[in-house]
Amino acid sequence: MSAAIPVTAARPVSRTSRGWAMLRATGPAGIASAIVIAIATFMAIFGTFLAPYDPITPNLSLAWVGPVGGHLLGYDFEGRDVLSRLIVGARTSMLGPLAVVLGSMLAGVLLAVAAAWRGGALDAFISSGLDVLFAFPGILLAVLAAAVFGAGLTAAAIALSIAYMPYVARVLRGAALKERNQPYVAALEVQGASATSICLRHLIPNIMPLIVAQATILFGYAMVDLAAISFLGLGVQPPEPNWGVMISENQVGIPQGYPLPALAACVCIVAVVIAFNVLGERLFEQAQAAPR
Amino acid sequence: MSEPQAAAAAVTPDETAPGTPLLDVDGLNVRLPIDGIHRPVLREVSFSLRPGEAFGLVGESGSGKSMTARAIDRLLPAGAQVTGSIRFDGGDVGALTGAGLRQYRGQVAMIFQDPRAHTNPVRRIGDFMTEALRTNMSVPAGQARARAVDMLGQVGIEDGERRLRQYPHQLSGGMLQRVMIAAALLTQPRLLLADEPTTALDVTTQAEVMAILDDLRREFGLTMLFITHDLELAAAICDRTAVMYAGQIVEIRRSSLLHDDPLHPYTAALAGARPDIAQTAHRLRAIPGRPLSAFEAPQEECAFAPRCPHAQDACLAEVPDLIEIGGGLSRCVRTEELRGKLQGAFDA
Amino acid sequence: MPETPVPGPPVPETPAPEANGTAALEVAGLRKEFGPLVAVDDVSFGIPEAGSLAIVGESGSGKTTIARMIVGLERPTKGTITACGRDRSRPARSARDRRRRGGEVQIVFQDPYTSLDPRQSAEATIDEVLRLHHGWPADRRRTRIAELIDLVGLDARQSRALPRALSGGQRQRVAIARALAAEPRVLILDESVAALDVSIQAQVLNLLADIRDETRVSYILISHDLAVVRQLTDEAIVLHRGAVVERGPTARVLDDPQDPYTQRLRASVPRPGWKPRRRALAGAREERQTP
Repeated sequence: MSAAIPVTAARPVSRTSRGWAMLRATGPAGIASAIVIAIATFMAIFGTFLAPYDPITPNLSLAWVGPVGGHLLGYDFEGRDVLSRLIVGARTSMLGPLAVVLGSMLAGVLLAVAAAWRGGALDAFISSGLDVLFAFPGILLAVLAAAVFGAGLTAAAIALSIAYMPYVARVLRGAALKERNQPYVAALEVQGASATSICLRHLIPNIMPLIVAQATILFGYAMVDLAAISFLGLGVQPPEPNWGVMISENQVGIPQGYPLPALAACVCIVAVVIAFNVLGERLFEQAQAAPR
Repeated sequence: MSEPQAAAAAVTPDETAPGTPLLDVDGLNVRLPIDGIHRPVLREVSFSLRPGEAFGLVGESGSGKSMTARAIDRLLPAGAQVTGSIRFDGGDVGALTGAGLRQYRGQVAMIFQDPRAHTNPVRRIGDFMTEALRTNMSVPAGQARARAVDMLGQVGIEDGERRLRQYPHQLSGGMLQRVMIAAALLTQPRLLLADEPTTALDVTTQAEVMAILDDLRREFGLTMLFITHDLELAAAICDRTAVMYAGQIVEIRRSSLLHDDPLHPYTAALAGARPDIAQTAHRLRAIPGRPLSAFEAPQEECAFAPRCPHAQDACLAEVPDLIEIGGGLSRCVRTEELRGKLQGAFDA
Repeated sequence: MPETPVPGPPVPETPAPEANGTAALEVAGLRKEFGPLVAVDDVSFGIPEAGSLAIVGESGSGKTTIARMIVGLERPTKGTITACGRDRSRPARSARDRRRRGGEVQIVFQDPYTSLDPRQSAEATIDEVLRLHHGWPADRRRTRIAELIDLVGLDARQSRALPRALSGGQRQRVAIARALAAEPRVLILDESVAALDVSIQAQVLNLLADIRDETRVSYILISHDLAVVRQLTDEAIVLHRGAVVERGPTARVLDDPQDPYTQRLRASVPRPGWKPRRRALAGAREERQTP
């Protein structure tokens, strides 16, 4: 038999290759979505270096000029290059939803796992607390936050994080509860492992596919909501480029026959939101169907 | 219980039975798509059930025993490739469609391991029990209920009227399985397929449910195909028993002989591996390796050879045929020379 | 038979083990209520070092609840549990106390498919336990992992595979190795072979017998299967509706059951020549044909 086998600490499957496998299993639509997201992310990170022209300084003499050589999408209402503003605007447009996702996921996972682990009174308390939060629509909370703390991305992101958190917590609580009742968790408890280590090293990693799927779907919703808030003038403040702001400031061009600047920003938002939704739904199905 | 001699006298009618069998399975091969490729799950399964007979089908996981029952009831998963024939009362089951298939299923009742998974939790017992009578056989509701109450009495449930008004979750597992048996018998089927009906039950409950099943089967002259992993249980209530391994039948035998005079090494190994309640063994006669599914086992040789302590070169030459011997059938090339030496052959 | 088939409370019989000095595990007057339901009612027993005890019963008899109380997954309503001379009937106060209890009593559950973390190989599973209990350096842990993997009869490839690549029997071997990694004095086997195929069940039962010979660990076998109980244990108690109805040496309890419930349990086990009988008639016939 195996007397002196070299026991390596290497995991049988590396994390990256498991990620690839998950992505491949989402099919062509999932992969296309991932590409759209990758492009948007790339723009968000390196946008300031990529932009061919200055996205901030107005030049009113070029206002509403259509596409010309070197300016593929033409100029906006203040005569700035639309393409450059889109590229640079990716940062605030992506960063906002990212903050919302991170905030709501962190709080949601924490509450869900705590409720599932302790059960009883704590579970009842958290669950009823979440029910109360469900009553507040996200946008309303954000508008309220802007009224109290002043307009800006931070207040809006915090408000949306709070508003989204109950949805996250409710879905994950069910999954965490199912995992918590698995005999392998009981076996670890009997070994004397602490609750924190069991949750961090076993329970949460095992519901990770669901967490990733939830986060992905949520990102899309957060982008739409934050764009709406910026459109209302309560989020990102002009002249800072942002897709939501761009729709808002260029909408006057639509009835005047210059729809391209607003439309281009719209297309960016719609493409990214659809990509996140498609990918998220695929990942969610995968997480639900995962065999043990 | 028949003496060995009486059994020997019954040899001829055992395997070459006169008259029409109620169910005749001949050369059944089933392949299912597994990981995208069609792989065998049943290989050359042949047996027949005479009217009124109880026939056991014994095997470990992956042996194909449940798949055989599903093939008989035409419940195979989509994409299954089936060759060979299944004949019920002379008619080809594979050719049935629509009304013919419904009529056939009315004559073939099935009971399962987990009765709770096969009942609708929001429908009352009475509704569930009388449905087939009312819809398929146009029995008036009142009459159907009366028959249901009567049948519940037969399976030992006295307060039938009250039970009909209850929901499945209000009954214990053993009680619910008795209800399932009553429901199965209500439509007066000719063949009962019982797929591990007592595996999820406690032993004392199992004994009772088996007693009821055994009594009623005799009373109604029902033919029964009884599927189980428990050799002793099959031997106790079946006239004949087939032992399956890796999608093949390896032995068919009069049940009373199965334990003391097994023909196939796997049958002997299975009986020997089970701990004995009446004596403490120093070591159990474990079978090395694990039970294989049909598609994992060797295809061109004896499927049990890799785990068999008696395997020789001859066993690896080809797939053995079912050989007639001692009133039974055995799929082993060494059957004749091993006969009588199998018991105890597994002692370490 | 001198054994008293005692259905009533305070079990007068002295549990056999105490003759041998310190018991590995001692349970006295154990009781568990779930709301109005009494799941376990005044159960007492003890197991000596390297001894083995079967707790026999059907579903709802309270046998699994007893196991969960011993390992600290349920809190007893009343009664005491003592392992290696230390009380464990109240929740552990510190992390150290919790780990120490883990080193005293371990458990192997019934379902091999859910009792391993699907993301952990056998090696990683055992390594985590070794880290928890011993402050060993990596190479010492590696040696111990190899020993344990070998002890339960797995090979190197299987030890690096994820549970989904293993069969039920192999998974159960991993679960046994995980429990043994804590070097417990008492190992609770909660229907640990019930879900396995007959041929695999025999392998695992032989393995468990070998392990006991090698490690002198005590077994508590929780089971409904009387034949398995006979194979692995010296002493047995029979539970019915939460209470002990019979106790004694396993062979005696099975060969000559005194309590009517034990008798019925024994008579229900299929065996060569057995015929199932309806309960109403069973009593009468049983009396007539007692051998």
